Amino acid sequence: RSHLKVLLLLVHRHEIPTLQKNLEGYVGFANLPNQVYRKSVKRGFEFTLMVVGESGLGKSTLINSLFLTDLYSPEYPGPSHRIKKTVQVEQSKVLVKEGGVQLLLTIVDTPGFGDAVDNSNCWQPVIDYIDSKFEDYLNAESRVNRRLMPDSRVQCCLYFIAPSGHGLKPLDIEFMKRLHEKVNIIPLIAKADTMTPEECQQFKKQIMKEIQEHKIKIYEFPETDDEEEMKMIRRIKDRLPLAVVGSNTIIEVNGKRVRGRQYPWGVAEVENGEHCDFTILRNMLIRTHMQDLKDVTNNVHYENYRSRKLAAVTYNGVDNNKNKGQLTKSPLAQMEEERRDHVSKMRKMEQEMEQVFEMKVKEKLQKLRDSEVELQRRHEQMKKNLEAQHRELEERRRQHEEEKGGWEAQQRILEQQKLDASRTLEKNKKKKIF
Amino acid sequence: LAKMSGGGSTLLGYIGIDTIIEQMRKKTMKAGFDFNIMVVGNSGLGKSTLVNTLFKSQVSRRSAGWARDEKIPKTIEIKAVSHVLEEGGVKMKLTVVDTPGFGDQINNDNCWEPISKYINEQYEKFLKEEVNITRKKRIPDTRVHCCIYFITPTGHSLRSLDIEFMKRLSHSVNIIPVIAKSDTMTIEERLEFKQRVRKELEMGGIEVYPQKEFDEDMEDKSDNDKIREAMPFAVVGSDKEYQVNGKRVLGRKTAWGIVEVENPNHCEFAQLRDFLIRSHLQDLKEVTHNIHYETYRAKRLNENGGLHPITCNDTQESNL
Repeated sequence: RSHLKVLLLLVHRHEIPTLQKNLEGYVGFANLPNQVYRKSVKRGFEFTLMVVGESGLGKSTLINSLFLTDLYSPEYPGPSHRIKKTVQVEQSKVLVKEGGVQLLLTIVDTPGFGDAVDNSNCWQPVIDYIDSKFEDYLNAESRVNRRLMPDSRVQCCLYFIAPSGHGLKPLDIEFMKRLHEKVNIIPLIAKADTMTPEECQQFKKQIMKEIQEHKIKIYEFPETDDEEEMKMIRRIKDRLPLAVVGSNTIIEVNGKRVRGRQYPWGVAEVENGEHCDFTILRNMLIRTHMQDLKDVTNNVHYENYRSRKLAAVTYNGVDNNKNKGQLTKSPLAQMEEERRDHVSKMRKMEQEMEQVFEMKVKEKLQKLRDSEVELQRRHEQMKKNLEAQHRELEERRRQHEEEKGGWEAQQRILEQQKLDASRTLEKNKKKKIF
Repeated sequence: LAKMSGGGSTLLGYIGIDTIIEQMRKKTMKAGFDFNIMVVGNSGLGKSTLVNTLFKSQVSRRSAGWARDEKIPKTIEIKAVSHVLEEGGVKMKLTVVDTPGFGDQINNDNCWEPISKYINEQYEKFLKEEVNITRKKRIPDTRVHCCIYFITPTGHSLRSLDIEFMKRLSHSVNIIPVIAKSDTMTIEERLEFKQRVRKELEMGGIEVYPQKEFDEDMEDKSDNDKIREAMPFAVVGSDKEYQVNGKRVLGRKTAWGIVEVENPNHCEFAQLRDFLIRSHLQDLKEVTHNIHYETYRAKRLNENGGLHPITCNDTQESNL
């Protein structure tokens, strides 16, 4: 019966929000949060944070202060050493461990943003980067084998506003308008120790006014039912955009060791709520709203990207994205699809190979025929040569025979003459003896 | 009674030659003089505040009925505001030329052109007056004597725009770079930044005022060398007064202390003011007149084959 009650409780959760049924025995699902917690701790957390702003606004110092690391050590080539004059998008990873929990933090930096004389489209590399991370995730999500799905989507973008004291610059407005639907934007007033409290107030009001005018959607804190939390959230909302100061140098103030910046006229303390909003930012970013930032990125920004991308595919009717496969089918259907694809691919390959084979055979035959013809020709040629030689030889022999005949005839005549001569001589001799 | 001795200066009595200084002073005081200063830099760097602080009065464009949250203009405008200030019997007509919109756009290519054009237009105006047949006794001088360029205190180095601007304009006007809102930086950061800026200026071949080539003698050179070592001055401006140690000082009140504008340990405003107003004001005007203006004039005369002077009454364009 207790099991039934539990089931009823779960099923009617939406219809009876305020009536809680007491369980008649300990079931144990209250332990679920602990299980989730333990699993997450084992797995560790990931968070990708992007920082955007002109050089010299203290971005690196702020990151170092937030996470108490030296991600940007003094050896890191700062803006003064930068050679390239175009906007780059660079990733740095750092593993932060605290109390048994580990956080794999990826910081995406955008050196060169807003530093050139002509800054048109300097936001394009940033947009391309964010889109490419969404695309990677979309591909990973659509694969059949999804065991290892790394999430490198940008979950939060800290945008640094220069403390001019006037309002937003055209570049600020352009950038935020183009990125507010792709990523959670948290605008910050950089180097807030430049301004007096009144100037800061004025500046914040002006910025919020302009943000509303241009309908820029910055990250909104979620409403909760908890009265305490709502109070805190309202307090944060009043102080938007947060005016921050960063520092990692420790200074002694009234016997206490604090992080701050030492001026001849005093020490600006980073963690003092009356000096700047750094603690608010840190608490919000790390201690309370990190998970919400990830959720909003996943549920809102990523889904927007995904539906836009897929709508483009189905609208055109043509599969523009050849490598993605049909994303709207179930896994089994997809497997069948893949198998069919594979089989047809194999068949095609087979056909191709046969074609190639035939072609090769034809070629070879042709070659053989050609060489046969060639050989025949040569054979004829040689025969002709031989005959010619043969005839020549015949001719020579005939000549030779002729000559021989002639020479023999001559010899005979000579012989005869000699014989006649000797006979005559003998006759004469005989006559003479008388 | 004085005897003329060749080359020597031993006079046998008091003549009174040295009273000429007093006469000059009296004349200058009566005539008053013009000083035109231009301020260039991104909006929000405290240009107007600094000018107000320098001249201890509300002389900038901002004070002339301009609202604080006026929108950044879409193109550069050149706005000149004039005031007549008097001190110790000396009258000065101060004109502050502001350049709102400089460097504020997304694409800032050629944003220095309107400024360059304005400067040359003032030279042209003066030139036209000079070549007239019947000249005014005192030609009104609207030429820019000094251009204060405000460097953003990034703490790293000069921006591309800074270098471009200064390269192109250092030959037509006296440029004095200052580090704006220097209460952003600690003393160490400031020193590093200054060194790097000086190195970058040197590498870019940019000659800021006081230019080395115009030092007239050893005394000048040593004075100016000291100034060049300290430039660019890191300044803070303010027009509000606070009580510090029983004194009323100009400053900025933050949650962790009061930045005193005229305290040399806090910022270099006092140095800039002394340099600009108390010692080199006349020199700025002279360099503008004798060097920058003459360069412009020579260039113009060599174009178009020469100038034809016209009378005041001629309403046509002169045949320049």
